[in-house]
Amino acid sequence: MQDKAINSNPSFISKFIHSKGFMAFTAALMSIFLGFVFAFIIMTIADSANAVNGLKMLLVGGFKRLADVIYYATPILMTGLAVGFAFKMGLFNIGASGQYTMGMFFALYVGFMWDLPDGVHWIACVIAGMIGGMLWGLIPGFFKAFLNVHEVITSIMFNYIGMYLVDMLIQGNATMYVSSKTRTAYLPASAQLPSLGIDNSNANISIILAIIAAIILYIILNKTTFGYELRATGFNKHAATYAGMNSRRNIVLTMAIAGAMAGLGGAFAILAPSTIAGSSMTYEPINVIAANGFNGIAVALLGSNNPLGIIFAALFISHIQRGGTLASLYGYKPEIIDIVIAVIIYFSAFAMFMNSAVVAFLKKLFRRNKPEADTTENVSPPDSAQDKTENSMLKEEG
Amino acid sequence: MDTVYYLVQNTLPVTIPLLLVALGGMFSERSGVINIALEGTMLFGAFLGCLFVYFIQGSSMNHQYILLLGMVVAALAGMVFSLLLSWAAVTMKADQTITGTALNMLVPGIILLYSKMTFNSDGITTSVDFYVRKVPVLGDIPVIGQLFFQNTYITVYIGFLFLIIATVIFYKTRFGLRLRACGEHPHAADSVGINVYKMRYAGVTISGFLGGIGGFFYAVGVMNSNINGHTGVAGFGFLALAVMIFGQWKPIQILFAALFFAFLRTLAYSVALIPFLAALNINQTYYKMLPYLATMIVLAFTSKKSRAPKAEGIPYDKSQR
Repeated sequence: MQDKAINSNPSFISKFIHSKGFMAFTAALMSIFLGFVFAFIIMTIADSANAVNGLKMLLVGGFKRLADVIYYATPILMTGLAVGFAFKMGLFNIGASGQYTMGMFFALYVGFMWDLPDGVHWIACVIAGMIGGMLWGLIPGFFKAFLNVHEVITSIMFNYIGMYLVDMLIQGNATMYVSSKTRTAYLPASAQLPSLGIDNSNANISIILAIIAAIILYIILNKTTFGYELRATGFNKHAATYAGMNSRRNIVLTMAIAGAMAGLGGAFAILAPSTIAGSSMTYEPINVIAANGFNGIAVALLGSNNPLGIIFAALFISHIQRGGTLASLYGYKPEIIDIVIAVIIYFSAFAMFMNSAVVAFLKKLFRRNKPEADTTENVSPPDSAQDKTENSMLKEEG
Repeated sequence: MDTVYYLVQNTLPVTIPLLLVALGGMFSERSGVINIALEGTMLFGAFLGCLFVYFIQGSSMNHQYILLLGMVVAALAGMVFSLLLSWAAVTMKADQTITGTALNMLVPGIILLYSKMTFNSDGITTSVDFYVRKVPVLGDIPVIGQLFFQNTYITVYIGFLFLIIATVIFYKTRFGLRLRACGEHPHAADSVGINVYKMRYAGVTISGFLGGIGGFFYAVGVMNSNINGHTGVAGFGFLALAVMIFGQWKPIQILFAALFFAFLRTLAYSVALIPFLAALNINQTYYKMLPYLATMIVLAFTSKKSRAPKAEGIPYDKSQR
């Protein structure tokens, strides 16, 4: 009896360890851990006296600015969805930056140029942003589906084209651009998103919209035929085509939805209400690619491309970004967080592999102890023992 | 005629970084590893190269020697940096595109952090002028001298030298043949005793070497020996990838592709100096978009019959059948 209990215990643990969600979670944790180890090393090299305090700030500093964490999480949640959703189909949407910039421009355009009543205006702006991102996402989709151009190259090129185009269009528009301040003018209040009403913060309704978007994507992915086809194509493109799925249509549609998400992110970022009355968020057309698009990649990978995981990943990245800003109290620069994020992405690219390597190692350790267990089990008939080894082999493959 | 001289003189220093980096990409991809990290490799090479120049600029050394030493530093930097990619992509069998993207994001962060904490600026500004007004003797040849040996940088000649060396290594040595085999059919290569992992490490390291040098030459020839963490190398690493695809992963075709893109870029930045284009009065931003748009148009027409290495992007797994 006792033997049985001992034997069933490890199998339960290994089952749990082998469950996909748990693997993804530990993989994410491992890459985050390594990211911070790296950050600590850099901080020690830069200024060893304050390294511990600086690291503490990175880790917990965000808790002092919870409203800001929510505010900054929204755009990267959306770009994270844009990257993660495309990933599910096996497409690497590195063009979230361009789609984000386009969405922002469309939102700005409607915000400045259309005169709409309160309560409708900001909704129109948000929808415009979605359409802008969608258009910019469609292009890599078309190139991939019909011309066989790799989506990474297309989306990188369209990041640059979009950035130059938006900067030019903004600079050429006297209503939108204040050339003396090299930035856009203040948006009318009717175009700004309703605030959540937290004092001295920009936190606004968009976080709720973003979470709803994530849930909708989750439902699309897991409960619809399109989502099924999309995931099937991601697992095995050839099998999906063989099964009669229209991969071209699916590619274009996936990229359009991904683009729409990133576009919404851009709209949410620029339409956020300002804490100072009569002002608003502004955009500086200085020919720089939007960083939020690339942070979306980190968010998507940390959330293992699951829309619900991405919500938490976005909050986490935003949290450490706030911490990075606060680390400047100890003389560190906020760029430290860019490095942490890059390291996290780097390790999460093979964290699953590392994870299974660790599991295999633990198994080996466990197996070394196993002969003793086998001797005590000698009484049981040989058949069941064989079953057990077969079982464990199956598990290894899974 | 002056306009022609001007355009050629300015196109060549822009061609070389594209050429070298695209050649680097070629070595990496023909060995089977997609090297998206070329942008980061360039920037890292440029950063350390410029940093070296910054520290040595006070000495009375001949400027061209400083450039050569900086090139060595940049090459080493690129090689070390590329190990991060090959370790993840070859040994750890990670997704090559994601790893490359991570490395691309890492470098601007490092540069900004270092420069802000050390110089309180966004990058490194050096005061050494590597410009060559006129190459002795050769610069006096009519027409050719004016086209190729005046108002230039020695990076141009080094770049062409590397092109020749790379072509020879790629096509005329045993190593080159083996490298290409690993990108087409690694299992076949393995079956005849070629170590696929080693070959891929070699391919990525060569791309790091060329990428680092290309980055430094970008800083020298395009940015007046300065480097900035925000603008970086302005997507030249990505453009180089497009150049490589346009050149169908072959050295000589890559040269022509690089010339084409560099010419477009030079045109974009010198509209005001060319009377014909200036008279058209088109917003300069359109010209700035031109290299990227041209990339897309070119790729749209060439990708259908693309001759990409068959095994690129797929981590090699010995046990796979």
